[in-house]
Amino acid sequence: MGAKMVDFNGWDMPVEYPASIGCGIINEHMAVRTGVGIFDVSHMGDIRLAGPQALAAVQHISMNDASRLAVGQAQYSALLYPQGTFVDDVIVHRLGEDEYLLVINAGTREKDFNWVRDNTRQFDCAVENLSDDFTQIAIQGPKGVDVLQKLTDADLSAVKFYWVTRGSVCGLKNILIARTGYTAEDGFEIYIPADEATSARVWNEILNAGKEFGLVPCGLGARNTLRLEGKLPLYGHEISDTINVWEAGLDRFCKMEKPEFVGRAALEKAKAAGVTRTLVGLEMTERGIARDGYKVLDGGGREIGYVTSGSPAPFLKKNIALAYVPPEFGAVGTAVKVEIRGQGVGAQVVPTPFYKRPKK
Amino acid sequence: MAYPTDRKYTKEHEWIQASGTSASIGITDHAQESLGDIVFVELPKIGAELAAGKTFGTVESVKAVSDLYAPASGTVTETNGELATSPEKVNKDPHGSWMMKITLKNPGELDGLLSAADYEKFVAEEGGH
Repeated sequence: MGAKMVDFNGWDMPVEYPASIGCGIINEHMAVRTGVGIFDVSHMGDIRLAGPQALAAVQHISMNDASRLAVGQAQYSALLYPQGTFVDDVIVHRLGEDEYLLVINAGTREKDFNWVRDNTRQFDCAVENLSDDFTQIAIQGPKGVDVLQKLTDADLSAVKFYWVTRGSVCGLKNILIARTGYTAEDGFEIYIPADEATSARVWNEILNAGKEFGLVPCGLGARNTLRLEGKLPLYGHEISDTINVWEAGLDRFCKMEKPEFVGRAALEKAKAAGVTRTLVGLEMTERGIARDGYKVLDGGGREIGYVTSGSPAPFLKKNIALAYVPPEFGAVGTAVKVEIRGQGVGAQVVPTPFYKRPKK
Repeated sequence: MAYPTDRKYTKEHEWIQASGTSASIGITDHAQESLGDIVFVELPKIGAELAAGKTFGTVESVKAVSDLYAPASGTVTETNGELATSPEKVNKDPHGSWMMKITLKNPGELDGLLSAADYEKFVAEEGGH
């Protein structure tokens, strides 16, 4: 397809597809916001936990409350170290009575799997690394449902956001279909057998089925700008092994009413102590683009924090960033500066997420 | 894309088109294609002195920040203000979208730069993809 490839944690991944086929990060981004785009996200990892104590194991290793999940439901959650910082963020899917699937990040696959296996040994539950068994394709955007419905016998209108179903897809039986994604848009992620011929066939069938809806293939570049507009965290940026849940502002996915999970005790202490930095959304008010790692300064030019992710936002047509700053600079409307090539450039704290998809 | 033969090129992917002691400077088709959607061009002020091989500005795409290097030494006489509001013009017409004009300090410096054919060869070898 002539895509620009980049090494992403050992995976050859397309950053963007060529302008000659109507792609490029801006076009790909806009297609997902207004129509539909597809992403090859096979680099994501998959861990299955199954057995009589699968729920207890998931509850022990994740911060959200998996006991609230009905069969077929999914939730955003995270795996934490005992100090309350992040091993990774995950989507927990309840596939059966005693069967859960954790979908994890590319860069942390081996670390995550080892961590899950080592921390669930005391439970009567099998832990399997299925990362190499699936090709994961994300079909994202308001018209994603129309494209996928052409290729499956599953009734997608009955699948709510963050629920899963199974059905045939492109003639493949019993395919896991999840209404999830990393774009802050409606969409689906399907898990198909990882062999190359099958993956390529399904990819091409989706491209064809999507033609009438203006579907375009999308790369990592658009994936990043889409998730940034929606303030979805990226490991190594907004969350990491040195950042805790309260700092990252992921409180609503952390269920302290659960009596026990790895990291809970440290988080209880951290909550009482209060945070020294908080994740905020910034919008540039002067000409300039904040980038990952740039310094955040106060009005007097003193360094107060750093940008975790920064980029032009193609749909919002603004230059936006996520940054860690002390809580006293966290209020919406606070004026700060971002140091760009040695110059302090004006920015202000704005409400997040920057983009919220319209409710139907 | 064919590279125009009326100008010289650098290994940092700028072009320079001279006429007497004045010259226009921009970036190549290969540069815009590698960068992707260009959203920001930062240029020096009129009157600024450029030194050959040194950075004089910045071009940013959605995903990347890239320095601009002066193909030759000289004094900035004009910058293309249109690129401040429509930076995407560099993607659409890289060889027609001059970024700035300069008065050359030493027109002989251009002799050390690449011809269109040499640049094309350089890109083919460097890119390989």
